[in-house]
Amino acid sequence: MSSKTQILDFIRGRYPQAEIDESQDIFALGFVNSLFAMELVMFVEKTFGVTIPNEELRIDNFRTADAMSALVSRLSSDLAVA
Amino acid sequence: MTVIGVIGAGVMGVGVAQNLAQTGHEVVLVDKDERILAEALATIGRNARMSRLMGGPSLDPDEILSRITTAVGAAGAAKASLVIENVTENWDVKREVYETLDAECGPDTVFVVNTSAIPITKMAAVTGRPDKVIGVHFMNPVPAKPVVELIPGFHTSPETVQRTRDLLTAMGKKAVDVKDSCGFISNRVLMLTVNEAAYLVHEGVADAESVDEVFRGCFGHPMGPLETADLIGVDTILYSVEVLYEHYADSKYRPCPLLKQMTDAGLHGRKSGRGFYTYTSQS
Repeated sequence: MSSKTQILDFIRGRYPQAEIDESQDIFALGFVNSLFAMELVMFVEKTFGVTIPNEELRIDNFRTADAMSALVSRLSSDLAVA
Repeated sequence: MTVIGVIGAGVMGVGVAQNLAQTGHEVVLVDKDERILAEALATIGRNARMSRLMGGPSLDPDEILSRITTAVGAAGAAKASLVIENVTENWDVKREVYETLDAECGPDTVFVVNTSAIPITKMAAVTGRPDKVIGVHFMNPVPAKPVVELIPGFHTSPETVQRTRDLLTAMGKKAVDVKDSCGFISNRVLMLTVNEAAYLVHEGVADAESVDEVFRGCFGHPMGPLETADLIGVDTILYSVEVLYEHYADSKYRPCPLLKQMTDAGLHGRKSGRGFYTYTSQS
């Protein structure tokens, strides 16, 4: 399963009433608050085995499944290089 | 530099300790066992790391944690100039803590009761220093909420009020003055709202999502009452409603049986991973 699919499944699991696609800004939907951003960070770090550096902990990296998936790819490739 | 004692390392104590440390105060954080304190420090580090993401200031977790020491047992706050107590909203638990603090702390130490419902005058009467006991109702998450309720008890001295105001200002808080009355402003209204929202779910009138959606969509609240219950803690909501019920002896505060069952079942909200909603990150 791709990281994007896993992320989308997680968001849909928490907000089953919402129709969410990968490019949708979840914070613009009106029912997602900043506390969910924290859950997303924990979920991404735990599921993909990455540690998000402080400078990447910006809301823009968590607005869409696309953005989160791109963040995971960036961090995973850093890991592979190191 | 003077040390501020923070008693209780639960949701509120953790927030108060972080808020104090990030505004440059030295803190001793106290709870009844080492495991809770270790978890509390981990939570503070994590919350500090997430601060900017949550719309707060950019914080250095190591710097914040360097200002916080920990101790087991209320006597650990003996050297504090001011103590902020955040233990469970349960009279017997709080009374025992105040008896210890009163015996261990210096005569000038101010005791701040962080409570959402317990009368300050009644709490002060447990100590031999009712002039130095005052209530402050912090909101959760503490570092993100700029306003608190400030509640002097019957005997609280003007000096104690001023010392507390000065500390709150240094923490970046605005204080709204409220007379000592069980539940103050916030919880007289909020706890009844949450309790009634729980009754709607209990009676099958609507599910939690629908109740919260009405508050967000129709009233423009950022969070509905049951999301709020999960944030505060379902067990804390129950204790607060019970305190109101006992204090006013008025049936309008009768606790919803669903809150009791959820508390017994360990469905305490965000802090336990499940309340009216599920928060575990496993898919």
